[in-house]
Amino acid sequence: MLEQLYNALFVGSVYALFALGFALVFSVLDILNLAHPTTFMLGAFAAYFAMTAVGLPWYVAGVLAFFVCGAFGIALDRIAFAPLRRRSAPGLSAMISSLAVTLIVVRLIELRYGGDFITFPAGAVPSLVLRIGDAVLEGIRLGIVVLSIVLMLGLTYVVRRTQLGRDLRALAENPRAARILGVDVDRAISATFFVSSALGGLAGVLLAFAYNTLDSRMGLPLELRAFTVMVVGGMGSLPGAVIGAYILGLGEVASLVYLPTELRDAFAFGLLFLVLIVRPTGLLGHRAADRV
Amino acid sequence: MLDVEGLRVTYGAVEAVHGISFSVAKGEVVALIGANGAGKTSTLAALSGLIRPSGGSIRLDGRELVGAPPHRIVAAGVVQVPEGREILARMSVEENLLLGSRGRGGVAALEPVWERFPILRERHALPAGTLSGGEQQMLAIGRALLARGRVLLLDEPSLGLAPKMVATIFDVLADLRRQGTTMLIVEQNALRALRLADRAHVMDLGRLTLSGSGEALLRDQGVVKAYLGG
Repeated sequence: MLEQLYNALFVGSVYALFALGFALVFSVLDILNLAHPTTFMLGAFAAYFAMTAVGLPWYVAGVLAFFVCGAFGIALDRIAFAPLRRRSAPGLSAMISSLAVTLIVVRLIELRYGGDFITFPAGAVPSLVLRIGDAVLEGIRLGIVVLSIVLMLGLTYVVRRTQLGRDLRALAENPRAARILGVDVDRAISATFFVSSALGGLAGVLLAFAYNTLDSRMGLPLELRAFTVMVVGGMGSLPGAVIGAYILGLGEVASLVYLPTELRDAFAFGLLFLVLIVRPTGLLGHRAADRV
Repeated sequence: MLDVEGLRVTYGAVEAVHGISFSVAKGEVVALIGANGAGKTSTLAALSGLIRPSGGSIRLDGRELVGAPPHRIVAAGVVQVPEGREILARMSVEENLLLGSRGRGGVAALEPVWERFPILRERHALPAGTLSGGEQQMLAIGRALLARGRVLLLDEPSLGLAPKMVATIFDVLADLRRQGTTMLIVEQNALRALRLADRAHVMDLGRLTLSGSGEALLRDQGVVKAYLGG
């Protein structure tokens, strides 16, 4: 039981890091960044490259991947979103253009590393096992949980208490007012993409470390989960995304205990349907009227 | 201080502002009056950099502002108090003001606004959306003052307010005028705007059709007929 709870906390933390970035872009810009799962995958590969080709230790590789993915996020915006924004293209165009980026980046990774699962070199990622009673807990997962919570608190601080955070919330609520008030919109959007993608990429690094495996399509299952998490928590709500992520993590681990393994994806879908029917605005979502 | 020359604003194939020229001197209050659709709000949008003019120039102390992004224009000191106030309803009163000050000096820098509008101090922690229309207008003015505006552009400051609150807001503006604030005010309430203004222009269908001191326009029969319900 303790083991299951521990795993739920771990899975929820990874989902939360991933979904936060997704929700951040959605709340500020009203677009779904379908390249977010690709950033997640890219983070894992950036760390893998840093460790195998450059020979950096795992923690340096992780930090490096964080910044590489942040920079990738800014580039993604400039290439896939900014030109559409200038033309006031509908949100659907942004989804399609981010999907195109996904296809290209996944193919590029596969050209270099192939499409199969790869693992880190033996001993490259530290393994530490904690035993509490008869429960066996992997130490790295505890580290991931703690790091995720620290990052979430950090993001909360930035969004609630800093000038950048106020700029982002102003931009999310009323872009015209933000402009009139002197918010540097381009800079704020770049910051949004940096933070979003750095967190998403780091989530990929952490999951790859925890499972000691990565592959070019590892981001895909996260996409459905991020949607679910956002709908459960309330579209665009950051605290909602965190709560939704832990609910989904807990639910998935519970479903693995009580249901056949094949139904893991079905659980996320089921939750998505349930929330859409019972409470379409999610737990902490604003009413649709507020968004207009 | 603010010099506008041959300003044109075009939406697609339609030109809304046909090359107007006017200026606002330091410490002066200039009013722009006219019916709906005269191009007043388009003019202000161009001044704030929200839309790019199709022609003409806008200079602040000789510095060209056309083509600059809105945040640079605000930093240069041309600050708009927009129509409908555009307050951030979900953010607190204090946060709205911090957006105006860009965080300079933290909450201590908000003191002048608290002094001018004590009601805002009382409500500083509430979401700005819970304020009354008049209080929101005070908030929008306070926000612009904190932006260190050298020229305030006021777009319909009395729109949608109860008569008593209109009087209060114009008292605030008169106060600002006495303190030497440079303002360009666009207003449907022509009577009050003309009383406040040093100079005024009547705008009609994208052109300035009449210019003069506020008092002179108040005595002008054409203006009285068209805009003052005389």
